[in-house]
Amino acid sequence: MPDAAGSAESAINEAQITVRDVTMAYGSFVLMSGLNFTVRRGDIFIIMGGSGCGKSTLLRHLIGLKDPATGEIIYGDVNFTKAEPAIREKLLRRFGVLYQSGALWSSMTLAENIGLPLGEFTDLTPVQIREVAALKLALVGLKGFEDFYPSQISGGMQKRAGLARAMALDPEVLFFDEPSAGLDPISSRLLDDLILELRDNLGATIVVVTHELASIFTIANNSVFLDAESRTQIATGDPHEMLANSHDARVRRFLTRGQEGGGSASSHG
Amino acid sequence: MIVGLAGPWHLGKDAPSASLLARELSGGCPPQRLCFDSARLTHWDSSLISFLTQASEICRARGITEDRGGLPRGLRRLVELAEAVPEKKGARAGTSKAAFLARVGNASIGYGTSVSEFLEFLGQLTLALGKFVRGKARYRRIDFLEAVQQCGAGALGIVTLIAFLVGVILAFMGAVQLSQFGAAIYVADLVGIGMVREMGAMMTAIIMSGRTGAAFAAKLGTMKVTQEIDALTTMGISPLEFLVLPRTLALILMMPLLCLFADLAGIVGGMFVGVGMLDLSITNYVRETISTLTLLNLFGGLLKATVYGALIAIAGCLRGFQCGNSSSAVGDAATQAVVTSIVMVVAACGAFAVVFSILGI
Repeated sequence: MPDAAGSAESAINEAQITVRDVTMAYGSFVLMSGLNFTVRRGDIFIIMGGSGCGKSTLLRHLIGLKDPATGEIIYGDVNFTKAEPAIREKLLRRFGVLYQSGALWSSMTLAENIGLPLGEFTDLTPVQIREVAALKLALVGLKGFEDFYPSQISGGMQKRAGLARAMALDPEVLFFDEPSAGLDPISSRLLDDLILELRDNLGATIVVVTHELASIFTIANNSVFLDAESRTQIATGDPHEMLANSHDARVRRFLTRGQEGGGSASSHG
Repeated sequence: MIVGLAGPWHLGKDAPSASLLARELSGGCPPQRLCFDSARLTHWDSSLISFLTQASEICRARGITEDRGGLPRGLRRLVELAEAVPEKKGARAGTSKAAFLARVGNASIGYGTSVSEFLEFLGQLTLALGKFVRGKARYRRIDFLEAVQQCGAGALGIVTLIAFLVGVILAFMGAVQLSQFGAAIYVADLVGIGMVREMGAMMTAIIMSGRTGAAFAAKLGTMKVTQEIDALTTMGISPLEFLVLPRTLALILMMPLLCLFADLAGIVGGMFVGVGMLDLSITNYVRETISTLTLLNLFGGLLKATVYGALIAIAGCLRGFQCGNSSSAVGDAATQAVVTSIVMVVAACGAFAVVFSILGI
């Protein structure tokens, strides 16, 4: 067993997330239990399921905003759930998170938003930080918007700026909470392409919470399917294979928009 | 039995209620079947759909078969849609009220947790302060300066006005009594000691609770709702160091200065009454004030102001962090912040009075 700090490094090199027997609960109310799945390095991993089944809550567990009631979340060989605060913080710094609404800091310009983590955790000079921020903004198609405040740009642009901020420290695991919510079909498609490029060119592992089927089939190669009724996961694996081979009526109904698997789409919500 | 539906059915214009039908059905022997005749129906909206769904519930309860054949097609579809998904058990808000003792118990537990949350927050803030002292805290200097401006210079006007008026009020109250004994000059003592020891710090604290405490809570609450605080946490930046520390330090730093200014404004207010109403000369008033005030009085007041500042900042930031996830929760957080900080300030004032009297200050 290597020392704790060293193992934090190797965990990220493998960039492997293991969720073992996790139960999510609010107080005594159990939201989900028996969660077991693995995200491999370089995966685009989808957390899917109907509205309100706990997808976003699972994401909050993965990024350490909530701790599982039982079970553990492991990054590589570091037990994230039981790690010391210092090691957790070190791991967190290697994650990038894109929140549902973008969650840009509203009192700062876009360049300052992206520059904040750079200023805190790197030795770059202010000029260099601004250059990096401009580069990240250009990567998401927001060249020249450095000095805009989040309230001055549209929702889709905020989301892209949020992505630029999530990528500020070149994270090796990127988390997306409903990236296409509130985006028009074309922007949503562009975001999917961006996600694929991030994986292919930066080698990042990407975890996405979504229920957009078009997105799922475009980007995913691995997934977990959460079911609100039974309060557990009912399928894991590549969604394409799920669609081809799964015999579970609930999974089929979801992946075919209620065309198959019995029952109408309206009874699913 | 045939129910005849006629004329226009509008939501706002006294549409018949289903209880009418229930009364008809309960009289005498109930019919086997219920039909509808909509030949004379001219216009309908949700009022009719609501009537029909209630009618079918009544029918189900009494075992009457219902024939919707006589209804227009669109109407029939809508009623079917409303009944398509059966009512979810437990979805309706519970109408039963908890027993009195249970509510008292829950409320007590609630107070217990809020005290422990406060202490936890205080502990975390102390740790952050420790980091600040060692120069390792992560915050932006510009945020600190902004907070200094907001709760320092920004509050000067209102603090001056209120303190001046409090000085005037104190002088008026004293003047009526003291001039009966020909001791009008002691108005200066009353106003001077009253402002410097108690009222300066107290009035500044109350103004700052409403002005700055509420602003802190609203700002942090909004950041919580928009997940900006989560974003800080997952960046590995402690929201406590980044958001709470600069605000708390700014308020602790600015409160004694504001209090000093309030003391002065109050004394000027007293002098205004003394010179204008009691025919005292400015020189006499100032000399009397200077002779009665001690440094101990002044520092006692400034110490109080500093402590009040810390309490207001902590209450404001804590309520902001505890904010729920909706816009109405932000309003609640701001209200809570003002209530909590005023209660704490007054309680602290009482504690100071006891301690100072024991120490003989």
